Amino acid sequence: MSFSWARPYEPKHPMMRWLDERLPLPRLVYGAIGGGYPVPRNLNYFWNFGVLAGIFLTIQIVTGIVLAMHYFATVDGAFNSVNGLIMRDVNAGWLLRYAHMNGASFFFIVTYIHIFRGLYYGSYKAPRELVWMLGLVIYLLMMATAFMGYVLPWGQMSYWGAQVITGFFSAFPIVGEPLRVWLLGGYAPDQAALTRFFSLHYLLPFVIAGVVILHIWALHIPGSGNPTGVDVKSERDTLPFHPFYTAKDGWFAAFVLLLYAVVTYYAPDYLGHPDNYIPANPLATPAHIVPEWYFWPFYAILRSFTIDFILPAKLWGVLAMFGSILLLFFLPWLDKSPVRSGSYRPVFKRFFWLLVIDVVILGYVGGAPLNWWRTALGQIASAYYFVHFLVILPLVSAFETPDPLPTSISESVLHGEAAEAAPAGQTKPRRGSVATAS
Amino acid sequence: MATKAQSAEGPETTDSGGDGFRRRDFLNIAPVAFAGVGTVAALAPLLVQMAPSADVLALATTEIDISKVQPGQGIKTQWRKQPVFVRNLTPKEIAEADAVSLGDLRDPETLAQRTKPGHKNWLITLGVCTHLGCVPLGIGDGENKGPYGGYFCPCHGSMYDTAARIRQGPAPKNLMVPDYKFLSPTTVQIG
Repeated sequence: MSFSWARPYEPKHPMMRWLDERLPLPRLVYGAIGGGYPVPRNLNYFWNFGVLAGIFLTIQIVTGIVLAMHYFATVDGAFNSVNGLIMRDVNAGWLLRYAHMNGASFFFIVTYIHIFRGLYYGSYKAPRELVWMLGLVIYLLMMATAFMGYVLPWGQMSYWGAQVITGFFSAFPIVGEPLRVWLLGGYAPDQAALTRFFSLHYLLPFVIAGVVILHIWALHIPGSGNPTGVDVKSERDTLPFHPFYTAKDGWFAAFVLLLYAVVTYYAPDYLGHPDNYIPANPLATPAHIVPEWYFWPFYAILRSFTIDFILPAKLWGVLAMFGSILLLFFLPWLDKSPVRSGSYRPVFKRFFWLLVIDVVILGYVGGAPLNWWRTALGQIASAYYFVHFLVILPLVSAFETPDPLPTSISESVLHGEAAEAAPAGQTKPRRGSVATAS
Repeated sequence: MATKAQSAEGPETTDSGGDGFRRRDFLNIAPVAFAGVGTVAALAPLLVQMAPSADVLALATTEIDISKVQPGQGIKTQWRKQPVFVRNLTPKEIAEADAVSLGDLRDPETLAQRTKPGHKNWLITLGVCTHLGCVPLGIGDGENKGPYGGYFCPCHGSMYDTAARIRQGPAPKNLMVPDYKFLSPTTVQIG
């Protein structure tokens, strides 16, 4: 699809030729994830996580459709249909439910690694800005889907999560409260909210699948990036997706699915909250109310505004929380450095790891009960998050002197027959090669 | 672009009326506008179905019996599926609320403004924190009333005083006072 040397689809079987001439579906698949898609030959394991995210989306859709066959979306029946019927009575229901619960967490784990891969290797830079932005749209849809799914069992955390998250909208002046009531279909979460959340929770994964197709389509125009960030220049720089990357993705997917199985079978509730095994009670809020772990950094940003400053503290918190994701849409223009890969950007690299630490701190603060020092830590970490993207990144990209780049991908991985054959440590570094740069 | 039909229309025979618009422009715009307005109108039921339905609105009033609530006590009831706090304030709590100067308040209101004349000891508010909607503690016996003796929200640490006014923490407003009236000295109708 992307390079002139990409192999065209040649049907081997007459049946496939017949089909290809009428509906070129085999051609599409061959060009997208088959031998017809040339991929840089130097990808490291961080490039496996996009495929993994696709696998977990599939797992969620399959287990979700099956769970919906046994679930009642009523305020009286929802809790019992999940915790009684599905967990105890439906054949293998416990497995499907735990697979769906932990599948959501693993979907977020692999997606976060995928996003940070993009941040480190500059995957958001030209010509892949739209790939990045479509990815952020997928991420926002994932968050909406996960939130609504968490409401469905109608436990205490479900109910109060729905109350708090729809409460975000009441922060906006004038339209806020009517908007909240309109979203809930009532003054507090109740039957109307549960039914519409179920409807949307069923719909959104298919919307995600649609945006995933756009994400991959946009990616396949320039082709995949690579750890050096250097453009593909010749056929020597690439390998066909199949069999090379199907094999690599295949074994790595098996490895990650093993970790997923370990959590699903041996610690299925580790990533959840015990309070969600208490039926929803609209008259009592759990003492320690926190969202699921994948929302903790954003919850920390929300909670870090405690005093009014021009606008009410509540509105600041909500704006900052939404802003922390929306600003990522502007990343291609905030980081103007022409060097994509963080491996060749000595200053950027250090700040990247500081950002990772910052987000981990935000996650910790967001998940823990509030006290004075955690509030202060959360405020510092929230401020640093915005400073990183709005101040540090533009300055670094203006003043940093990047390390020399390899002249080509193949040069960075192939050192030539002489170098390959020589005893270790007895080769001279080649000029301008990655061997000196890394 | 000069088609045969257009070139046949000389400047003197044009139907533009000299203002640059042709009859065909009207024919193009009118159906698109018609379809656009129709589409917007068709969206209306899809939007209004989200608003509270008749059965939800039917719960708009609730009567409560407050005869058993002694001074210093409170009860928790429900109105429109939301918790309501009914509190019988002690003279000390009333004095504490009246002693606060309005300038110290984020959402300035006196206790008298938040209660009915002649029933200043009956503080009736929604039990919904104005931050993000949790139920504050402090209405039940032995619950944490917070440093201002009113309510304490466990979710994000908002603290309310004995008139249920916001004093500290992220909440922007006092606990909301619903519309209510005393049907008799011991019966209140909310809504």
